[in-house]
Amino acid sequence: MLTQIEGSRAIAETVALCRPEVVCAYPISPQTHIIEAVGVMVKEGRLAPCEFINVESEFAAMSVAIGASAAGARAYTATASQGLLYMMEAVYNAAGLGLPIVMTLANRAIGAPINIWNDHSDAMAVRDSGWIQLFAETNQEAADLHVQAFRLAEELSVPVMVCMDGFILTHAVEGVDLLDQSMVDAYLPPYEPRQILDPDNPVSIGAMVGPEAFQEVRYLAHLRQLDALHRIPVIAEEFFAATGRHSGGLVHSYRTEDADTIVVAMGSVLGTIKDAVDIRRDSGERIGVVGITSFRPFPSLQVREALRHAPQVVVLEKAFSIGHGGVLATDISMALQGTGCVVREVVAGLGGRPITRLSLEKLFYKAARGELGELLFLDLDVEVVDRELARMKAGRRSGPSAENVLRDLGTTRVEGQGR
Amino acid sequence: MTKRPIRFYQVGSFAVGNRLLRDDERTVQSDPHRSNSIDSGHRACQGCGEALGARYALDAAMRATQGQLVAVNATGCLEVFSTPYPETSWRIPWLHSLFGNAPAVATGVSAALRVKGRSDVRVVSQGGDGSTVDIGFGCLSGMFERNDDVLYICYDNEGYMNTGVQRSGATPPAARTATTDAVGPQPGNAFGQGKDLPRIAMAHDIPYVATATVADLHDLEAKVERAMSFRGARYLHVLVPCPLGWGSASNETIHIARLAKETGLFPVFEAEYGTVTSVSKIRRRTPVEEYLKLQKRFAHLFGKNPRPEIVTHLQEIANRNIERYGLLDTADAPLARHATTAEVRS
Ligand SMILES: Cc1ncc(C[n+]2csc(CCOP(=O)(O)OP(=O)(O)O)c2C)c(N)n1
Ligand code: SF4
Ligand SMILES: [Mg+2]
Repeated sequence: MLTQIEGSRAIAETVALCRPEVVCAYPISPQTHIIEAVGVMVKEGRLAPCEFINVESEFAAMSVAIGASAAGARAYTATASQGLLYMMEAVYNAAGLGLPIVMTLANRAIGAPINIWNDHSDAMAVRDSGWIQLFAETNQEAADLHVQAFRLAEELSVPVMVCMDGFILTHAVEGVDLLDQSMVDAYLPPYEPRQILDPDNPVSIGAMVGPEAFQEVRYLAHLRQLDALHRIPVIAEEFFAATGRHSGGLVHSYRTEDADTIVVAMGSVLGTIKDAVDIRRDSGERIGVVGITSFRPFPSLQVREALRHAPQVVVLEKAFSIGHGGVLATDISMALQGTGCVVREVVAGLGGRPITRLSLEKLFYKAARGELGELLFLDLDVEVVDRELARMKAGRRSGPSAENVLRDLGTTRVEGQGR
Repeated sequence: MTKRPIRFYQVGSFAVGNRLLRDDERTVQSDPHRSNSIDSGHRACQGCGEALGARYALDAAMRATQGQLVAVNATGCLEVFSTPYPETSWRIPWLHSLFGNAPAVATGVSAALRVKGRSDVRVVSQGGDGSTVDIGFGCLSGMFERNDDVLYICYDNEGYMNTGVQRSGATPPAARTATTDAVGPQPGNAFGQGKDLPRIAMAHDIPYVATATVADLHDLEAKVERAMSFRGARYLHVLVPCPLGWGSASNETIHIARLAKETGLFPVFEAEYGTVTSVSKIRRRTPVEEYLKLQKRFAHLFGKNPRPEIVTHLQEIANRNIERYGLLDTADAPLARHATTAEVRS
């Protein structure tokens, strides 16, 4: 049913349709609305039997999910940013144990400086944890991906993280076609665990594994993710058959057939990029877009197939590895080895900096003329940076950079204080 | 198999040998049909109090639940020595996740069982003192506060033993550990620090809190059984001497645990809903020296350069416990007056 609804609420309604059995909640913006809404539904008894547990930290949230999942329950939680980092040890643990937990990650920057707005630093911080990471482009896709995520997680016994842009998606009210219960029930069978804590058939889970077997265990986890590369398109295809909607999958191309330049990105920014691409196309530039939905497992073959015919690939990402450069760009470069494609990295939208269509148009204009350097920070305020550099050079006790920069900008008011 | 009378000889203990008891009063361990939850063949050190305590506690919990038990384990000696795969000592469903999250994992297991309509299956979560009083404390307090249906058992050997004997928040003053060495003017662990977790647990007003030692295994079993008669969060703190970390002879584990209680250094009691309901009285009051001298971790207090003032300080701590809990039969108004933290720490 097409409903005008906030993104978070759409996720909550969809998660509810997936019949979660244990939901752990800990507040952090921009994820909070999701877990609040699920909480209301549990308290009303709409989801019975379902336990909603108000934990004391994200570390506990993921730990409760681990226990619940190992005891055979369908477990769900949501977090963002600092919360994800606070639960980091348990995030790795859940994947290591092969527990099919589903988590929404409402992507948000990581402090310091503390910042509640959107970028992808949080997701990148756990990219090696063994979780499957799917990025949603729209609220519709975010909602749909949750149903697919439970299915995928439970089929493979791997946890799945659905990444959706904080605020941009979570807090946007727009039309979302909410699924109905019979469709979800038909699509998502009850959870049949691969391993379970059962007094009638006792097993030990989480034993110490030494050098004699650790590498094999890790390799098996890798194989499961490679398996996911086959399953994700099938699951998306079946979803299409059931709903008539294309959601999920590995990668998606837009106007790339004849493109000289292909822009690669993940998440909601793809919408703006497509708009800018349309405009540049109207000016005769041959430019296209590839959106990555599955970041982990990384679909190297499909990425290569989608990009190889373009002389230039511009990777635009909302995160970077400080001291190195783009994270997604590194993976893309690996996938393109030997193709001769030139890869340009663009870091954009950090900490919620708007990525405007105009900025993108300018960027693509330059790209079309081969004027992009290897690594570019979109809309960087060079003047402010230079001023702080000068201050640091002038004397030892230059003070905290973040505060200096804010003062230079003429404001010390931190937006979103108290979250 | 018929019940064979098992002989427990009295070796200076005040424990009643099983042979003197009626069948139904005998220990779970003496029952040939006990579950052997943690089986022999594990790799604990000789005389490990933790292995002993876990065996008695879990078998008692198994009996109390008619075998419907799931155990969650924090990282630490118990976890490491019991599961060097492909060998596992566990004959019950057992899950190890991390060092600091065992109480939360247990909450999750318990929630899942409730959802599945299997509330007959009960959950025990267990860890060493380090995981309990330090790194897992937030999760533990959260589990208590929500009154989740979990029995948490802390095996307290007063230090991080699995990583090679470092100080924890449960290490006693003056004790030598690898991070509180017996050097300098104040050798060993500092005075005036540390956490008294049984009392902190009581402050959560949970249904049941108890302490026990491996010297009185009958008492330990009874407390586990009592704990399993409640729903909600329960806490059992068991003193388990560690021959390796304490520098004690492996055949002295039980003796040392008994002295911890008889000196007053480790008060043994039960509490329900935040109020002490029973204490195990000291049978033969013993000066702390007798306890300390059996352990190399306190060796710097004796010998060539003795430190009698430090021993006196430790004796004062024992006296404070005796007063607080009324550990002596003669103590008047034992629970009337609660010492302030400042007094205890002085
Ligand atoms: C997050 C984390 N920090 C540190 C460790 C290292 N570590 C493993 S076991 C252990 C000590 C355990 O001490 P305790 O809980 O008292 O149990 P014991 O071994 O003494 O029985 C430590 C520090 C770890 N595994 N995880
Ligand atoms: S180090 Fe101590 S606690 Fe660990 S196995 Fe040895 S005796 Fe037991
Ligand atoms: Mg310890």
